[in-house]
Amino acid sequence: MKNPLFIVWLIVAAAVTFAAARLIDNSYAFFAGYVVLQYIVLATAWNILGGYTGYVNFGIPAFFAIGAYSSVVLHKLVPMPLPLMIVVGGVASGLAGLGTGYLTLRLRGTFFSIATLAMAVVMQTLITNWTFVGGSRGAYMIRPAATPYFGLDYIQYLFLIMLALSVIAVAVARAIEHSRLGYGFATIRDDELAAEASGVPTLKLKLIACTLSGGFMGMAGAPLPYYVTYLDPASAFSLSYAVNTIAMPLIGGTASWLGPVIGAILIGTLQQVATVTISSALSLLIVGLMLVGFVIMAPKGIIGWFAPKEKAGGRVP
Amino acid sequence: MDLSFDLWGNALVSGLLLGGFYAAVTVGVSISFGMLDIVNIAHPAFILLGSYIAYIANSVLGMDPLFAAFIAMPAFYYLGVAIYHVYDVSFERRGDTALRGLSFFFGLLFITEVLLILAFGVDYRLVEAVYIGPTLRFGVIDLPWRLLVPALVSLAMLGVLQIYLSRTFIGRAIQAVAQDPLALRMMAADPSRIKRIAFGLSIATASLGGAVLIIIQPIEPSVGRDYIGRIFAICVMGGLGSFPGMLLAAFMLGIAENVTATFFGPSWAPAVSFGFLLLTLAVRPSGMFGRQ
Repeated sequence: MKNPLFIVWLIVAAAVTFAAARLIDNSYAFFAGYVVLQYIVLATAWNILGGYTGYVNFGIPAFFAIGAYSSVVLHKLVPMPLPLMIVVGGVASGLAGLGTGYLTLRLRGTFFSIATLAMAVVMQTLITNWTFVGGSRGAYMIRPAATPYFGLDYIQYLFLIMLALSVIAVAVARAIEHSRLGYGFATIRDDELAAEASGVPTLKLKLIACTLSGGFMGMAGAPLPYYVTYLDPASAFSLSYAVNTIAMPLIGGTASWLGPVIGAILIGTLQQVATVTISSALSLLIVGLMLVGFVIMAPKGIIGWFAPKEKAGGRVP
Repeated sequence: MDLSFDLWGNALVSGLLLGGFYAAVTVGVSISFGMLDIVNIAHPAFILLGSYIAYIANSVLGMDPLFAAFIAMPAFYYLGVAIYHVYDVSFERRGDTALRGLSFFFGLLFITEVLLILAFGVDYRLVEAVYIGPTLRFGVIDLPWRLLVPALVSLAMLGVLQIYLSRTFIGRAIQAVAQDPLALRMMAADPSRIKRIAFGLSIATASLGGAVLIIIQPIEPSVGRDYIGRIFAICVMGGLGSFPGMLLAAFMLGIAENVTATFFGPSWAPAVSFGFLLLTLAVRPSGMFGRQ
């Protein structure tokens, strides 16, 4: 399927989703749907680096919170429409991705992973000590009751924005997959040394992936302050964002754009249901167990169950 | 500025003691990451598991936390053996240690933390022992037993492990296994078995590491996360798998954190280890004493 056609299909799917949520006519549907959509963006963003190049980023809460806190800062300094805030948040966290990547991606992949893991702790330390954004006490955000656009509720507006973000993220991820960039990423994942030796500019490609991935995570985080209306470091940097975001692509399958989407819809919905019916701690435990179970028993994820069997001799990218 | 000498002197001395304690929580990763090339980011979670076992033994049975840690050690060893077995079969033999192997340990870290939250809640827990409280004084320098005992225990553990690794056949095989598994096979040692023993040992150290952790500070299940950055910073800076290098790096980090906490406030201390880690990775990724 050509990219423009695919984007048309995505927009149709998004429109159907929004219409269905309107039909349910219950603001809880929008609240729950927002979280699932947010995870589609996060999981897709993570997969651009993790799934395509094989570099594991554990610092998801850091990038996510950079986006969220950039909105808090903008809200206080220069109020502007939410879509603009999302762009700023995306640029800020994309730059953070570029910086971390530049320092650590020249080394073995494990060092990058460890550095991102530690980075989440440090970003949390910085935010906790930064009184302008509320420090450890947190920041309150007052959101308008309605929006200027078509008289939508604010939560419906947030839902719509996250829907648009997920359409963009998925379209970008799929476009990468079938481009020179995507083939470059795949060579890094399969054999970085051989790729480097054949003249693939591996460092440059890794930095592009890291920046894109970090940028989308920040964009997913930017509307968060308006969604929760009270943001504190402990919840913005919650480890559950990292676990969910990593679990979703690995459970859905990391090889294509569809995996993170399936994983996010499945795990996101499951979690929304389990949090209400059982408890939030137990629902996180289920996700953790599923993550470990899938990486051990089904390394190709859910899409691996339906993919045609590989022929001996390996696959052609 | 005699007051500032007091501050500096105490910050340095307690930094050294803190560094000794950091060595105890890092030694396990020094074995698994440094010698076996297994990136066990779940290690801090096992250390906390050790802390909670010491807590139960102390609060229910009135046992000394360090003694409890020694009793729990064999259980930790077999836990490590079991984890390595799964890791070996699922990831090392498939050649997928990077993406899925790392995620596996991340999942273990998370599962352990959630289980501890479900079992103990998020309240801070602490232990009681005779050496928690009193302080030795040399002039203006304070030596709290609460820090001194963990540092001494940790040095003793390091010494025993160093002797084991350099004097026994299996110990030497552990040091050799990451470098050349094939050569090891020719010496009639099965690399899988050697790695299983080594990984078991690395998790066994978490039992003692956990006991000294709960002696030093009250704990709750997410405390372990603060130690991920520290542990890997020390391990990388010390040159992956070298005990003397690791000990020196632990002392340096302990002092740097303590000086930071004294002069800028304790809420900044967690950022120090990350600064160390990034600096090491950017400037000299093989560590201070690593082979190039």
